Amino acid sequence: MLSIQNIDKSFDSLQVIRNLSFEVKDGEFVAIIGPSGSGKSTLFQLIGGVSSIDKGAILLNGTDIQQKRGTIGYMPQQPCLLPWRTIVENVTIVEELQQKPNIERAKEWLEKVGLASFENAYPNELSGGMQQRVSFIRAIISDKPILCLDEPFSALDEFTRLEMQAWLLSIWEEYRKSILFVTHSIEEALFLADRIIVLTKRPATVKNEILVPFARPRTEEIRHSATFTALKQQLFMYLKEEKDDVNVD
Amino acid sequence: MKSAIKQGRTIIFIAFLLSIWELIVRFADVPHWLLPAPSAILKEGFQSYDTFLPHVLATVQLAILGLAIGILCGLTVAVILHRFTFIRELFYPILIMSQNVPVLVLAPLLIIWFGFGLLPKLIIICLVCFFPIVISAMDGFRQTSPELKYYFEMIGATKAQTFWKLEWPYAYPAIFSGIKIAATYSVMGAVIAEWLGAKKGIGVYMTLAQSSFRTDRVFVAIFAIVFLSLLLFSVIRLIEKLVVKGRGLHAQYSKH
Repeated sequence: MLSIQNIDKSFDSLQVIRNLSFEVKDGEFVAIIGPSGSGKSTLFQLIGGVSSIDKGAILLNGTDIQQKRGTIGYMPQQPCLLPWRTIVENVTIVEELQQKPNIERAKEWLEKVGLASFENAYPNELSGGMQQRVSFIRAIISDKPILCLDEPFSALDEFTRLEMQAWLLSIWEEYRKSILFVTHSIEEALFLADRIIVLTKRPATVKNEILVPFARPRTEEIRHSATFTALKQQLFMYLKEEKDDVNVD
Repeated sequence: MKSAIKQGRTIIFIAFLLSIWELIVRFADVPHWLLPAPSAILKEGFQSYDTFLPHVLATVQLAILGLAIGILCGLTVAVILHRFTFIRELFYPILIMSQNVPVLVLAPLLIIWFGFGLLPKLIIICLVCFFPIVISAMDGFRQTSPELKYYFEMIGATKAQTFWKLEWPYAYPAIFSGIKIAATYSVMGAVIAEWLGAKKGIGVYMTLAQSSFRTDRVFVAIFAIVFLSLLLFSVIRLIEKLVVKGRGLHAQYSKH
């Protein structure tokens, strides 16, 4: 599936990523967590082909996708819906760039996730949480082998965020497409992912990896289990170590 | 509802100003050829309605044709300047400088070059309309939200797709505010063009009235120009409402 192999990236003299390697397997949900400013968004720019890597390789199903745009499904932090397009026109935009969009399939998806009544609404009629749902459906419909989610719920309020996590999980557990999920919320990563990759501070590389042992389908209950708390503690320690190092510099 | 009340207030205020004008003229006994009273202008307007109407229609025709060409040229230039950095760097300063050349000076030259036909008149209107459209369209393109632009990069849109599917529609409100300004200018441009030589038009009517000291007719012409500009403005606003959709917040951008 997606394989990041020993990549380096610098902006002028500032090294952002050093010798970073990891893999996302088919149907796997991988979360990436790291201290702020650790180059998480840069990583997405590289995978998305928007900027070039200095060293290493990025492979998707064995082919090099370096500087190739449009090979991944992408969901940004802000919903990024086009205000002049209706919801159904918005979710088909990615497809539209390559071919004639499949409106029927888009409508089926909207119906499946309970957004059918908003099909012909404009984005400004939807709440922030709803807009993010549309944004996620848009990424799914783009029909790429992997979805890259860039802190998708960080702009939402706490309650909506929890609701959205459960919603995302319910869809994903049925649909099982590989997901690479960048977040800075430890709980979010634990609740959603199969595996969590912890990054170091800049220049970013893999500090540690945690396998999340909870079975699927998951329920809200796991948030209160002892394992959840223990893992949360452990991840917190990892991130704290990185933060402390920053302060020493 | 609120805007209806506001509009009503404006109309009452204008009526108030006109009545002050009327009173001053009556009580100060201002000669008719110097400043006619609004009532006299209104009377003249009704009396010469039949002779005046063909002039108005000619001006409307000229203004709309000129505006249409101006919009077309303006948008084309804006798109080219926005998409090709090299051309922009070369021509943008010239474009700004060209606006310091007064149209009134240019107009006689255009007559010398192109004669008394339709062409020099259209060029004048085009010149007047062109600038606000180019500037507002370019501003609109440039103000496209960077998050959306980044999103388009990530999903693999080409430069052309990013322009036509993102920047172009994003700029609609800005383009329309440019067109609204241009629309009001276009009537004025048409009148200026007619001053220089035409058989029909408000400009011609005005020159004739002026040379025979028919001040009341000059004012009829002035009111006609104002009315036509407002009419054209409202038509553009109506089209804007039909074209620009889903911008609860952005729509405020052009609430003139």
